[in-house]
Amino acid sequence: MSVQATARTPSRRWSRAAFREALGGYLFISPWVIGFIVFSIGPMLFSLYFSFTKYNIVSWPPEWVGLDNWTYALSGKDRLFYHSIVTTGKFAALVVPLGVLTSLALAVLLNRGIAGVTFFRMIFFLPSLTPIAAIAILWLWLLHPELGPINYAISLIGVKGPRWLSDQVWVIPSMAIIGIWASAGGSRMIIFLAGLQGVPQEMYDAASIDGAGPLQRLWHITLPMISPVIFFNTVLGVIGAFRVFALAFVATDGGPAFASWFYLLNLYQNMRDLRMGYASMLAWVFFLIVLVFTYVQFRMAVRWVYYAGETGK
Amino acid sequence: MQTSGIQSRSVRLIATTRQYALGRRTGRILLYLLVISLAAMFFLPFFWTITTSLKRVDELYRFPPPIFPEYPQFQNYLRVFEKVPFALFLRNSGIVATFATIGTVTSTTLVAYGFARRRFPGRQTLFLVVLSTMMLPDEVTIIPKFILFRDLGWLDTFYPLIVPDYFAVGAFYIFLMRQFLMTVPRDFDEAAVMDGAGSLRILWSVLLPMIQPAVITVAILSILNHWNDFFHPLIFLNTRENFTVSIGLRYFTKAAGMGADQGETREHLLMAASLMAAAPMIVLFFLAQRYFVQGIVMSGLKG
Repeated sequence: MSVQATARTPSRRWSRAAFREALGGYLFISPWVIGFIVFSIGPMLFSLYFSFTKYNIVSWPPEWVGLDNWTYALSGKDRLFYHSIVTTGKFAALVVPLGVLTSLALAVLLNRGIAGVTFFRMIFFLPSLTPIAAIAILWLWLLHPELGPINYAISLIGVKGPRWLSDQVWVIPSMAIIGIWASAGGSRMIIFLAGLQGVPQEMYDAASIDGAGPLQRLWHITLPMISPVIFFNTVLGVIGAFRVFALAFVATDGGPAFASWFYLLNLYQNMRDLRMGYASMLAWVFFLIVLVFTYVQFRMAVRWVYYAGETGK
Repeated sequence: MQTSGIQSRSVRLIATTRQYALGRRTGRILLYLLVISLAAMFFLPFFWTITTSLKRVDELYRFPPPIFPEYPQFQNYLRVFEKVPFALFLRNSGIVATFATIGTVTSTTLVAYGFARRRFPGRQTLFLVVLSTMMLPDEVTIIPKFILFRDLGWLDTFYPLIVPDYFAVGAFYIFLMRQFLMTVPRDFDEAAVMDGAGSLRILWSVLLPMIQPAVITVAILSILNHWNDFFHPLIFLNTRENFTVSIGLRYFTKAAGMGADQGETREHLLMAASLMAAAPMIVLFFLAQRYFVQGIVMSGLKG
């Protein structure tokens, strides 16, 4: 490989073999290139254009309205716009930290060499094998204010349970509970397990010899060593939380009184009403929000994520 | 490090091991108690769903709710098929998941091979672009895609749910496959070249068998994603006969009661339907979980 490189550099011309290899490379990745243009970057640009228009998908071309869509939303005239951002933010603020923490805790427990790991892993994984519509149906029944088993259990200790999904205050926490249950034991947990198995055993042995207890080892070895995995899972967790849709769509329709009116419900409703220009603007704002959050997390990661290769050998 | 240091260390080690023997046992018991109670918490919702799915309507309204049905009503499961075309929903999901996954596996293998094995200008940059699309939620591009598929006459068909997968749209899958391919030494390729094998031949008969866990992992994740997908079928499908399981379930909750049996309680039937919707994925994961876990563990997503 290095021989080829040095041979190529001085002449500044491609050898036939290198040219053929490159051509083959482009050929192999061409499905992705086409997919990227047709299903990602192309639609991105189109929706940017639509966001400056009024478009009901029937009459072409869309009517150019300049910044109208953007100012209508950002000025707060569309009352549901900021409201949907706040509801989604509340949901994410609960579901991301608690969800990632639960996944990590499950992985740490499963990684302690217990018998029946496969069995427990399967149990924890079950919810993520279940369609989200089924999860919504199932929890609607579990959290039924009068007939549900959860409020019955609560009544046993003499307390009247809340109305959960049909209560304006409780609906977001309820969905956060469902969201954590649905995702904590899924591939996120498996990715944590993979990370934990990548921590060299010698580090634990050395720490034990120095008298470090289990909690100290967790804090001083495990967590720093898997911080890149924590970071990866948090970034994807934030994006996943922002994308919450089906749960609310099936369980509450965004109610009661718009209390679970998440961002994508708002976008979907505008699509349904054929306000495609306005919905495209919402899609772009969604993209920008995700982008900003991801960027901020990458910036913050410099301070707390530890990459084994960086500081020494 | 001096010998005395090592000595005192090992002395301390022996002392602490003795001390541990007792503490460790209670620790183990606590650990198991914790894991078992967490597993119970994760499983209880399913348990309740199963028992509810076997209850009679009057048992649904009883308070306190009975844990087990008096006589398990297995016919509840059959009644789901009478109330809604559930077999059709299952079949539709099966078609979509199968054909989309074939596309995902073939296209991502080819693309990952290109990124892992070929040198070409812009490779690093393009791969970064691949990774960055992982952060791009599908919903952002949904409107132009909707218009594109409408113009192609594909609305209310399975094509919008299947065709994109033939163009390696899943960035995480490409990443996973590439990671795996990178772990296979190039010697294998070169040996095959000596034998006169072409690239596709090498990929098919040399590399694919070696990255089997990755292929299975990608296949399972893809099947799972398509089976459970809610947003895309909701946008692209209109007629009941084309519904996949996910939106079929929602249809069951909302519209199916609008006819003669309006207002009829069907929570038990909904529970039965939900379980049947999840069952194929549970079986699939159970059969393949060994490869699946291995696939993610070996992908290099470690510390």
